[in-house]
Amino acid sequence: MTVSYDNSRLIFEGIKAAGIRSISALPETWLGLLLQRADDDPEVDLIQVAKEEEAIGVAAGAYFAGEPHVLLMQNHGFLAAINGIVSLAQLYGIPLCMLIAVRGHWGEPYPWHTRGGIVTEEVLRSLGIPFEYARDPGKVAKQIREAHTFSESSLSPVALLLTRDLMEED
Amino acid sequence: MERAECLEQIYSELDDKLVVTIMGACAQELYDLGHRENFFYLQHAMGLASSIGLGLALHLPEERVVVLDGDGSVLMNLGTLTTLARYQPKNLIHIIFDNGSLLSTGGFESQTTSGITDLAAIARGAGIEHVHTAETLLDFGEAMIESLETDDLSVIVAKVDAVGPDNYGMDFQLPENAFRFRRCILDKKSS
Repeated sequence: MTVSYDNSRLIFEGIKAAGIRSISALPETWLGLLLQRADDDPEVDLIQVAKEEEAIGVAAGAYFAGEPHVLLMQNHGFLAAINGIVSLAQLYGIPLCMLIAVRGHWGEPYPWHTRGGIVTEEVLRSLGIPFEYARDPGKVAKQIREAHTFSESSLSPVALLLTRDLMEED
Repeated sequence: MERAECLEQIYSELDDKLVVTIMGACAQELYDLGHRENFFYLQHAMGLASSIGLGLALHLPEERVVVLDGDGSVLMNLGTLTTLARYQPKNLIHIIFDNGSLLSTGGFESQTTSGITDLAAIARGAGIEHVHTAETLLDFGEAMIESLETDDLSVIVAKVDAVGPDNYGMDFQLPENAFRFRRCILDKKSS
């Protein structure tokens, strides 16, 4: 299995088509090709953090500055960022458009990803964070645009979950 | 040296800066000097004030950003110093008030209390070039002037007493502070 080059491109193009030029991220395998594109694109500001919770602060700063922003992270990074999500974004009504690579779910060969994968959806539910799964490359650009729109209208964190179907290919 | 004295000393300089302060005593002391629409009070999410400052500074290169941080908060997000060093926003001054205490949560000692841990050294080790340590008000004032004159990322570690205000309270809700802070920035951008 390898990371899908074409679908990574579609996601990046979807982010740009949504009018977003500011991205915070912590690298992870499924996001690698996507981040490479972001890094190579002079129109895009890519801010790589040392831990995902930092990105919640960076995203809040971008929002205050009036700059559309997207956060890229693995689901374990989402779990590591929860206090920032709750006690900054949700407490103050700051939108977050999070694209989360869902490792450790159906088809996962690596044991170390599995516990995080199993709990991700329930944690999102318990935090009251609206989410959708992105599986279809033909729909992902629209899903990104809608996730961003909804985060800004609801002043809430929103998660688009990037699945194995979308991110890997044989 | 008390943090409130430091804040009083730089208060007039904060007039045209975007200011992000941490929770508790530091937020209250700034507020008590007089709230301004360009002040954001992060009353929770310890550690993220400097990350908000980074997001502001990178997206608003025409503005100066001042982050008012504390030892307890920075210790919860030491990685932020490495991210600041990596992106080196020239328009950001990161002030860390080191009182060696988790004052706002009961005054327990922090990891800097003994003096073994040196936050300024950590900032330098992270790769930040302009790092000042201030033990007196005079030091602090000079460090602030130098930081304002330096067109580069600066960190000031100010050693302060573990004391805070007697009374706490602000006359707006937290989301209201966020809405007004953003509005103030967008108005500045459009003017």
